[in-house]
Amino acid sequence: MAYSFPEEVLEYVFAFLSSHKDRNAVSLVCKSWYEIERWCRRRIFIGNCYAVSPQIVIRRFPEVRAVKIKGKPHFADFNLVPEGWGAYVYPWISAMVRSYPWLEEIKLKRMVVTDESLELLSKSFKNFKVLVLSSCEGFTTDGLASIAANCRNLRELDLRECEVEDLSGHWLSHFPDNFTSLVSLNMSCLGSEVSFSALERLVSRCPNLRTLRLNRAVPVEKLPNLLRRAPQLVEFGTGAYSAENQTDIFSNLVEAFSGCKHLKSLSGFWDVDPAYLPAMYYACTGITSLNLSNATVQSPDLVELIIQCPNLKCLWVLDYIEDAGLKALPSYCKDLQELRVFPSDPYGAEPNVSLTEQGLVTVSAGCPKLQSVLYFCRQMSNAALITIARNRPNLIRFRLCIIDPQAPDYLTLEPLDTGFGAIVEHCKELLRLSMSGLLTDRVFEYIGTHAKKLEMLSIAFAGDSDLGLHNVLSGCESLRKLEIMDCPFGDKALLANAAKLETMRSLWMSSCSVRRCPSSNVEVMDERGHPDSRPETCPVEKLYIYRTVAGPRVDKPNFVWTMDEDAVLRLS
Amino acid sequence: MRSTMIDFEKTELRLGLPGAGGGGNEGETSRNSSGKRGFSETVDLKLNLNSNSSDGNQVEDMKQKNIIPASADSAKPPTKAQVVGWPPVRSFRKNILAVQKDTTTTDVNKSGGSHMAFVKVSVDGAPYLRKVDLKIYKSYQQLYDALSKMFSSFTIGNCGSQGLKDFMNESKLIDLLNGSDCVPTYEDKDGDWMLVGDVPWEMFVDSCKRIRIMKGSEAIGLGITL
Repeated sequence: MAYSFPEEVLEYVFAFLSSHKDRNAVSLVCKSWYEIERWCRRRIFIGNCYAVSPQIVIRRFPEVRAVKIKGKPHFADFNLVPEGWGAYVYPWISAMVRSYPWLEEIKLKRMVVTDESLELLSKSFKNFKVLVLSSCEGFTTDGLASIAANCRNLRELDLRECEVEDLSGHWLSHFPDNFTSLVSLNMSCLGSEVSFSALERLVSRCPNLRTLRLNRAVPVEKLPNLLRRAPQLVEFGTGAYSAENQTDIFSNLVEAFSGCKHLKSLSGFWDVDPAYLPAMYYACTGITSLNLSNATVQSPDLVELIIQCPNLKCLWVLDYIEDAGLKALPSYCKDLQELRVFPSDPYGAEPNVSLTEQGLVTVSAGCPKLQSVLYFCRQMSNAALITIARNRPNLIRFRLCIIDPQAPDYLTLEPLDTGFGAIVEHCKELLRLSMSGLLTDRVFEYIGTHAKKLEMLSIAFAGDSDLGLHNVLSGCESLRKLEIMDCPFGDKALLANAAKLETMRSLWMSSCSVRRCPSSNVEVMDERGHPDSRPETCPVEKLYIYRTVAGPRVDKPNFVWTMDEDAVLRLS
Repeated sequence: MRSTMIDFEKTELRLGLPGAGGGGNEGETSRNSSGKRGFSETVDLKLNLNSNSSDGNQVEDMKQKNIIPASADSAKPPTKAQVVGWPPVRSFRKNILAVQKDTTTTDVNKSGGSHMAFVKVSVDGAPYLRKVDLKIYKSYQQLYDALSKMFSSFTIGNCGSQGLKDFMNESKLIDLLNGSDCVPTYEDKDGDWMLVGDVPWEMFVDSCKRIRIMKGSEAIGLGITL
């Protein structure tokens, strides 16, 4: 006789499991746990929209309230995925409209969202609360107007770095006068000016508003009006941060910012006039996150603002900060956890700022909690990388982009193999790594040997042969996502590690030497025609391999070819 | 007649480093004599066109298809090859840079040519700094008046308007420097700390990056000889 807890008890216990991994693990224990878990799962995460179909998801999980779906591969951010590739959300929304009438949350990343999808969701989900669109495209401000007009219980409308066709700013005025539930509004990626009085009224009547990220079109002189109406704000993004020299703007800003005693995050800062930065100083003691990646001001002004934030955990900044500015971080921002330094002039032939590997070395030495780095620079050395690795074995994410492809160690002219080798050797918890510079097969030996927790690896212009790729695929036990561009990797490593590919979410290879594809869940992108139509020795343009239970795609564009079993047999 | 024509070969521009041998080989890059790499080798190093992999030819084909080759004109410096997807920068970040390049650098440069020149002013002993726009003043006198008003609540000894005005009177200078009175100093473009008042006003506005009103006893350390 089997003793077990009543279902209700198990359900109650499962409700405490928030991580998808834990829920998935629980569902594998036994059939009854699988059944109980699937009926009480409220949140689902789909890392690749083509790995599964809406029908399969709905069949297994009938009572979902929140979905998060990712579409295009990461390299789509850099224009490597051709237009029209896919990742349309409409089939998901139309399926969910039928089966999840009580759906509350939709979070999408790198998906194509149409106005039709937005209108459908706004009219169908009566209790809809949260819409987060991250790096999405395909919709216009008309779609936003539907959301504003129809989602009576909306709490969050968060448009992060989306490409929106901006027809007008009128969409904001569609929020009804009796709409008061807004908690978070991020319109920073939009171009058009919204009606300022509509925005003011909206902010005034939503007492729970804690996040407000404005777009560039909102002028700095309007900020005090908004801040005064929302002193409870926790996250705030300015618009353009400059104006004609008028002293009362400054004093109004000072007053308004000093009234916001709960601010933790600041962003925006387009077109900054450094004279207006000090207006924020009173609000800076609580700041934990500062996004200055739009602020084209010089190092001293950047530093003056940053050092006002002793509790800073996350800093995004342009390389105007320079080595000199980064030196200030260990003294003033000891709690720094995440640093991202973006290039102000990535296509320039010569460096335009004095930012080198030294800046990163000093931060790594002096900020003991630093765990996440994204750094664009123009020179690097093995010595610096080794120092960084030794200073910060607690690094979790390390993404280094040396702008010149295949730039060697600038001191010794050697490859940067030992430097990156030190990173994977010392940083045992490393989850994500992006490499650049001159790299041979050696570095992949180090990675395969040491990077046991690595989940995502990005490589460009690296390696000499298939051995490099083979070391990664055979050695990195936790690898889920691998993206490769312009490396001399071919079929051998893929064929030898075909089983590994089944354990990963996806593999992307573009401008490599792959001719044959080892498994059936493979997409080949080739705008020149079907791979069979070219000589066998000709490599494919782009390869995207992912595991799926949904079978071949039904929405492929004409430049995507999926390799069927027969084709695999024919070519090999 | 050929013999009267200018010897074009001698006038032709070549990529030859100083000390290159004369004669027929002067057009070739003089790698051996100077030890430096010529242009073509530099390009190869960057683009790894001379691949070591077994699929040598394939790699070359593959890379050249995706790369717009750098200019082969040896008279120009090597241009950077443009590669699709590299460097990995999002489109919206590229736009910011384009806008920044289009506009003048008034936001970035404080001095010269812009319509304002805000500099920080610190007074020893004052709890916080102030900023003044030097462009709204026409003379040192106006600046001193304004600074005195700004810092009137933090005057240390004779840092009031009389104290600063006295500074302009050289006969009182030694007394001031020996005492605890204030001396206005500024940091110029080269990073040097200078005494305010030596140069014409306009030159001062262009070169001043920040102002510090020091205690007289400290100012002696500036090495000012009178």
